[in-house]
Amino acid sequence: MGDTIFGIHGAALELRSQRMGLIASNIANAGTPGYKARDIDFASALKARMAGSDSDQAANAATLYRVPVMPSLDGNTVEMATEQTAFAENAVGYSATLSFIRSRVETLSRAMKGD
Amino acid sequence: MASPMNLFTVAQRSMSAQLVRMNSAASNLANAGSIAASEDKAYRPMRAVFAEQLDQATGLSTVRVAGVYRTDTAPVKRHDPTNPMADAEGNIFELPVDQNAEMVEMLESSRQYRNMVEALQTAKQLMLETMRIK
Repeated sequence: MGDTIFGIHGAALELRSQRMGLIASNIANAGTPGYKARDIDFASALKARMAGSDSDQAANAATLYRVPVMPSLDGNTVEMATEQTAFAENAVGYSATLSFIRSRVETLSRAMKGD
Repeated sequence: MASPMNLFTVAQRSMSAQLVRMNSAASNLANAGSIAASEDKAYRPMRAVFAEQLDQATGLSTVRVAGVYRTDTAPVKRHDPTNPMADAEGNIFELPVDQNAEMVEMLESSRQYRNMVEALQTAKQLMLETMRIK
């Protein structure tokens, strides 16, 4: 990976945003018969991303079907509690990554201004 | 699909699908208790059926309404000769609307709508924060 300014955080932010979309898809499909919920295994996606694969590849390789706690009759594996927790957890992760990036930007701009 | 899907399209389509579902439940409730002169004319409750819509390019999937179907529950035949709607034999046909089921359907639909709004708000806020990095 070329962008050394943000290091792991740039990659993490991308993956967090992809994961957010995927979990939103699950929430959207809570009432669709036969829909299988998916999620990104964040740790292994980030590992693959840092090892050099691009963000789509890394996310696709780490996308797994969710194993439901209680299977439903219509084959839908979305469980609202799981999805909402995952969404919240991912949003917090996104925010955290964002503050790392923000502080890095601040450091750099301070260095450039010379104060 | 013309443009690639993003989180906003996912939410928007899901919310409009939930609205279709809510509308059909509302129609069912509105028609509960009305009667018809013959079995064919009687109102049959409607149900929206959802299907997944996957966007290969982004891996996101949203919902579309696969169709609104009428359920085939038979209307209840009741003998009521004094009713002006009664047919030659004095029968009227009451519509098979289960009001409890419709209320549950509406509640579930509105909850899912809200969940989507909530997710959308969080996502929007995070995106705005990302843009504000300076």
